Amino acid sequence: MAAYLIAPTIVLLAIVIGYPIVTAIIQSFQKDPGLDAATGQFVSGGFAAVSNYAHWLLQQCMNASGNTIACPPGNLGSGFWNATGVTFFFTVVTVALETVIGTWFAIIMNRTFRGRALVRAAILVPWAIPTAVTAKLWYFIFSVAGIANALFQSHILWTSDTWASRFAIIIADTWKTTPFMALLILAGLQLIPEEVYEAARVDGASTWRTFVTITLPLIKPALMVAILFRILDALRMYDLPAILTGGGGGSGNATTTLSILVVKQIRAGYNSASALSTITFLIIFIVAFIFVRVLGTNVVRTQEAQQKGTKA
Amino acid sequence: MKAARLSVIAGMAIAGLVFAGCSSGSGSTGSSTGLTSRGPITYVQGKDNSNVVRPLIDKWNAAHPNEKVTFKEQSDKADQQHDDLVQNFQAKNKNYDVVDVDVVWTAEFAAKGWLQPLEGQMAIKTTDLLPATVASATYGGKLYAAPQTSDGGILYYRSDLVKTPPTTWAEMMSDCSIAKTAGIDCFAGQYAKYEGLTVNVAEAINTAGGTIVGKDGKTPTLNTPEAKKGLQQLVDAYKNGNIPSAAITYQEEQGRQAFEAGKLLFLRNWPYVYSLAKTDGSSTVKDTIGLAPLPGNGGGSGDSSLGGHNAAISVYSQHKATAHDFVQFLESSETQKFFATQGSLAPVVASVYTDPTLVSKLPYLPVLLESIKSAVPRPVSPFYPAVTTAVQDNAYAAIKGDVTVDKALTDMAAAISAASSGN
Repeated sequence: MAAYLIAPTIVLLAIVIGYPIVTAIIQSFQKDPGLDAATGQFVSGGFAAVSNYAHWLLQQCMNASGNTIACPPGNLGSGFWNATGVTFFFTVVTVALETVIGTWFAIIMNRTFRGRALVRAAILVPWAIPTAVTAKLWYFIFSVAGIANALFQSHILWTSDTWASRFAIIIADTWKTTPFMALLILAGLQLIPEEVYEAARVDGASTWRTFVTITLPLIKPALMVAILFRILDALRMYDLPAILTGGGGGSGNATTTLSILVVKQIRAGYNSASALSTITFLIIFIVAFIFVRVLGTNVVRTQEAQQKGTKA
Repeated sequence: MKAARLSVIAGMAIAGLVFAGCSSGSGSTGSSTGLTSRGPITYVQGKDNSNVVRPLIDKWNAAHPNEKVTFKEQSDKADQQHDDLVQNFQAKNKNYDVVDVDVVWTAEFAAKGWLQPLEGQMAIKTTDLLPATVASATYGGKLYAAPQTSDGGILYYRSDLVKTPPTTWAEMMSDCSIAKTAGIDCFAGQYAKYEGLTVNVAEAINTAGGTIVGKDGKTPTLNTPEAKKGLQQLVDAYKNGNIPSAAITYQEEQGRQAFEAGKLLFLRNWPYVYSLAKTDGSSTVKDTIGLAPLPGNGGGSGDSSLGGHNAAISVYSQHKATAHDFVQFLESSETQKFFATQGSLAPVVASVYTDPTLVSKLPYLPVLLESIKSAVPRPVSPFYPAVTTAVQDNAYAAIKGDVTVDKALTDMAAAISAASSGN
């Protein structure tokens, strides 16, 4: 009986999740079509074994005479580790910034004061704007003759300098997703009973002490969930850099994330792109797994402790 | 519990395999079927911004009630148009009869076997067409598409500051002293890292007498003094400030804005800039905009990269005779004139450029004809996406001064051969 009841779900999962993943994996072991020298037409590339993976992970390319060489600059394969580094850099910096600023916003939104509704709405606006629009917005702000340069009286090439372009992405991403962090943390804050703070005040605890020993531990479960979501989101960041800098900056790939690399590769060769997307999928999966393993058990424990605490 | 989970995974895997099996079925290509068949067809093109296609199709439909053309409009983004075409070709869609293909996709689609070769009874007359446009539609010696609209680069200059426009790159560089005296920047094209950079680098290399890719569409031909000279010109100009440092972020629009604001002496851009610079309220160069062919290197004007689109017949079309007629209809002088007047699209038929009524309406036509006459298609390669990445990445690094011109060209060549060897 149970099997029949869950069957539709399983079929649906098999179609929408299982099929694409399995197809991608199968394709990733196929060579991309090559040209038939005689006809000039594309012919199927045949079985590739792990060469597509070696191409990305070990930077192996074939030259015209069929020898394996290190991928030259200008080949997408040579950009893999750079893209991985950029993706992780963005993830670490943006999530760290968003956590700190988000917590701060959440605490502000949690206070009772006149105009609180207005502040809450104002903080949430960036999150409500579609990323593509956000990216275009910041594209105008950061253009050479844009507001950013006019404001600072500077001539920074925001979309082409290595670090300026990276910070442009970080600023735009932080601006956009901090509200999401703040919202999740606010939900955690509102669960903290007022009495705990009153007790702390009676005991003469300082504001900082109250924050570190009461607020922080009690919002930790919400915080962890928020951080996990953001990390997974940031690791597959595509739209913002794609529109804001086109993955460019520095020597041309300073803001190319893994997802941008996948999309570029799709146009050049589908099977190789399948291998890259499988690698990207594994990277994100491993990060999520480590996060849940190392910090997640902690989340579960705090949550259980909290429940026990409220029940008692 | 564990067994249940295993069976779920197994079920998913099996379902996946079954589906994957379905997708790899194959059929015959069909380049010899439906050649004489007539009937309703579909024309596929990107967003029809200036309402050119619908009136044309209405006109066709009125004359051919039994062979009506339906217009399938795609998005206005080139990447999305490309991906839409690829997906429909992969699905062997019978309803994509005539498709509008960007010049740089033509070789790729031809090599994939998706385009009907225009030979035998499908042949079209190409003698009236500009040779560069025909070259852009030719792959492996066969014509795979009919040139439909074209585009070429033009050198805009400030006629109040420069009396006679430079005909060579060296002249233009020496004219930069005029810009210095006037306190403005000298020259800009499109040097941001995107397709426009490939256009500009290809122009520099072609003008210097070099090429990027050989006739086979896959062998790099960059190890020549000419190719080096071409790229070196751009690199030097950027280094000594004749090309302003901000130009490394310029696409078409940023360059146009700088020119209209009076901050640039010379600008390499497409014909669309002319009417905007003449009419924009914010334009300060309304009466001082001059037009010239791109500067060469001695011996004629520069070799512009070719823009534009070709009309191709899908091999999966069921009514190829009708499709063939429709393509010829698009090539007719009358249609070509309509493209020019209604859509400001550059014609592919040479005689249209000298039509007096048209020239009075679009004064840039004679210059544009010069430009397209000597234009060279961007590398005609079935690996175009990889080729353009190789050009963009390495040329960008060279122009910024991160790598030497020699290294950039060596890497560019290596990346192009890697692309054609299955990476």
